[in-house]
Amino acid sequence: MTINTLAKGGWYREQMTCFRKMEKVIVAMQDPDMGMKMRNQRLLITVIPHAMTGRDVIDWLIQKYNICEEEALHVGGMLVRYGYIYPLKEPRSLVLRADETPYRFQTPYFWTSTRWPASELDYAIYLAKKNIRKQGELMEYEKERYSLLHKRINHTWDFVVMQAREQLRASKQRRKADRIVLECQEQAYWLINRPPPGAHNVLDMGLEKPNNFSLRVTLNSDYYKREIESCRRALGRNRVKSSICLEGFVKFSEQYQNHDPIMQGCLPSNPWISDDTAHWTMNSEIVPVPTRLRVERWSFSFMELLNDPIGRREFMTYLEKEFSAENLCFWQACEDIRHGESSKIIQKVEDVYKNFLAPGAARWVNIDSKTMDKTLEGIKHPHRFVMDDAQLHIYFLMKKDSYPRYLKSDLYKNMLAKAIVPQETKKSVFPFMRRQRHSSPSPAQAVTQVTEEDGRAMGAGKAGTNSAAGSHV
Amino acid sequence: MCDQTFVAVTFGPCDSCSKASPLMNIYIKNEPINYCSFCVEMMACQGLQKGETLASLKRECDNLKKKLEEERGKLNDVELHQVAEKTEVLGALSVKTRRVLKGHGNKVLCMDWCKDRRRLVSSSQDGKVIVWDAFTLNKEHGITLPCTWVMACAYAPSGCAVACGGLDNKCSVVPLSLDKTENLAAKKKSVAMHTNYVSGCTFTNSDMQLLTCSGDGTCALWDVESGQLLQSFHGHTADVLSLDLAPSETGNTFVSGGCDKKANVWDMRSGQNIQSFESHESDINCVKYYPSGDAFASASDDATCRFYDLRADREVAVYQKDSIIFGASTVDFSLSGRLLFAGYNDYTINAWDVLKGTRVSVLFGHENRISRVRVSPDGTALCSASWDNTLRIWA
Repeated sequence: MTINTLAKGGWYREQMTCFRKMEKVIVAMQDPDMGMKMRNQRLLITVIPHAMTGRDVIDWLIQKYNICEEEALHVGGMLVRYGYIYPLKEPRSLVLRADETPYRFQTPYFWTSTRWPASELDYAIYLAKKNIRKQGELMEYEKERYSLLHKRINHTWDFVVMQAREQLRASKQRRKADRIVLECQEQAYWLINRPPPGAHNVLDMGLEKPNNFSLRVTLNSDYYKREIESCRRALGRNRVKSSICLEGFVKFSEQYQNHDPIMQGCLPSNPWISDDTAHWTMNSEIVPVPTRLRVERWSFSFMELLNDPIGRREFMTYLEKEFSAENLCFWQACEDIRHGESSKIIQKVEDVYKNFLAPGAARWVNIDSKTMDKTLEGIKHPHRFVMDDAQLHIYFLMKKDSYPRYLKSDLYKNMLAKAIVPQETKKSVFPFMRRQRHSSPSPAQAVTQVTEEDGRAMGAGKAGTNSAAGSHV
Repeated sequence: MCDQTFVAVTFGPCDSCSKASPLMNIYIKNEPINYCSFCVEMMACQGLQKGETLASLKRECDNLKKKLEEERGKLNDVELHQVAEKTEVLGALSVKTRRVLKGHGNKVLCMDWCKDRRRLVSSSQDGKVIVWDAFTLNKEHGITLPCTWVMACAYAPSGCAVACGGLDNKCSVVPLSLDKTENLAAKKKSVAMHTNYVSGCTFTNSDMQLLTCSGDGTCALWDVESGQLLQSFHGHTADVLSLDLAPSETGNTFVSGGCDKKANVWDMRSGQNIQSFESHESDINCVKYYPSGDAFASASDDATCRFYDLRADREVAVYQKDSIIFGASTVDFSLSGRLLFAGYNDYTINAWDVLKGTRVSVLFGHENRISRVRVSPDGTALCSASWDNTLRIWA
């Protein structure tokens, strides 16, 4: 049986950094010069010193971090949730209010990070104290936990009760104000470390990660040899000047800005906002007339053209006119090999060889001799990537030669001229009337249909495909 | 007396010398080995040449890394925000919650959009995977997995299947059927097998290949049809938490990030680690490529997101703010790459201007950690999944 090692794993690391950062903020808040002004707060008949209002906290955060009210409320709220600031009036509600509600800083003794994780023994002592003080009037969930602890650590129960009595006696000797403060602080600590059922558990960390085998891996000389090897390779790489690369990002974002719905909106309207799916219908995979933005995008890069089914079809038409359509067909067939089923690779490679590479093939593609030789060698032992070099060669051929000419061609220019520019949907006169949201056929449906058709009409393969295509849009 | 922390190791016969003694549990290339400490030292010294020691190798490695940083710095002639000075400042984003998807009974850990721009799949801690039509809020499919913590889910490019995996150390592909009487979980097919939890998965350009990353420190490429391992990627020294496929013309690389604070770029064909970046101060929770494929962004527990340029081979921007204290768990770019949405452990989503490095907007609404943000395929909306059991669509 393997007992895994140290208790301080990923959780500890992750949470500790957050705690430390929050603590820095708290310390800054209490700075005598730049911190918040504190005052005395009246709580029923006692006066609690060193308290502040929710409003004070928020104003200080706004000023210190130069953020808006909503964010300051959120950041302050997190400080309260993690117990660094606790409310005086409604101690069970760990929420920051932006008004005159009084709050106080938690003493570092009771910071979650100081005594983490909170121990069962301490919780038992706390509940025992409360039990004695309130003469058995604990909350339901506290009663349950108390009896559970009683069962679990029964062997130290005498110690628990003794400690509880001692602490109560010591606290009776304090001033009333101090006693109330201490009780509040302790209660706040336990509200966070043992939240009531149903309350948000702020310390919920999820799955423990990582697995501490990093140490073990580095014990091996193999590891360092591999690292040295990859460092050497990295040193030898070609790098591009920053000014050129970064300019590239600026240009890219500028080029695509009009196409970015979150930034510029989309025509006729964003379906998620207006509940109108016209935008999606106009931009489906296959439409009779594509939109202007879509056709423009084909000119951004060769990949954009090929990734769009209509763009690819148009390009094929153009290539047919130029009698170089076999290039695109070859490229598509290679893609099919690369991304298709493993079991069909051998068959597909053979087909590609027969149709495109064999001497005298019907659609022979023009590859340089070196690549051709290498590919033909590779075909003897076909695998998924055997066509890669040839495919790349043809891809760059199309990209450097046919693609720029296509963009200058009448075919493309006409496409651009015919393209639709949708009208922006006028905002509804009754904005609160919601449109009915229509559902769309699931892409999964297409496959189910095809298999049904295939089952029924074995010979009529074409009919099957047609009906599937019909159900798609 | 009651609360004690103690270090324990296994005790038993050593795999190498067969003597019974306290054992160290090591992983060598994913194989677990139990050696006694003496044998571990012996093994570590194997393969050392004359005059080499582990310490000397480590020193050589550190020196090379320093030289690499110097080389990278040489071509650094301008900063990103300087180049971006001429671009216009972005106004505040008017993005609001448009849909709230309720239905999961526990933390939602992952989500992925379908290519049809309106459907998505989400997975949660209680083992349920749900396929939604987010536009109508209809739940179309529900799959119950026998394991909890389903941390990874992905929609197949065809829209006909989903992949999911997590604490069961596997990633399975489930074909989606519209037959209501069919139990989808019965048709589940195990594709990927790891030796630790699966933290992320994605299909490549087709339904036939699946790329996964795992808590066992490796990434792997699988053939869906046969379940065969096509390629495995070793190099991380701790859990790998995230991966993303490059949108490049040659479609051959992907990036992964993990608990060893490194982001590695891999070649899918050879399994080699092409580039490596180590500038975060804590675990990298998520990596995502810039739309052009020339760069990627990462989100980390150190409360920053960083932007790495692949051609310049260095980190070019850090997105951080004093008031952001909690770690970032997820990032995604808007369609143009100008905006970077990052989800944080303080329940908010921050939108950053990628070029200028400033924060554009904060999105409030979730009541617990954000586990995943993803922009829809046509860029019309942002979906966020959270530990508050809901998903939100923002537009």
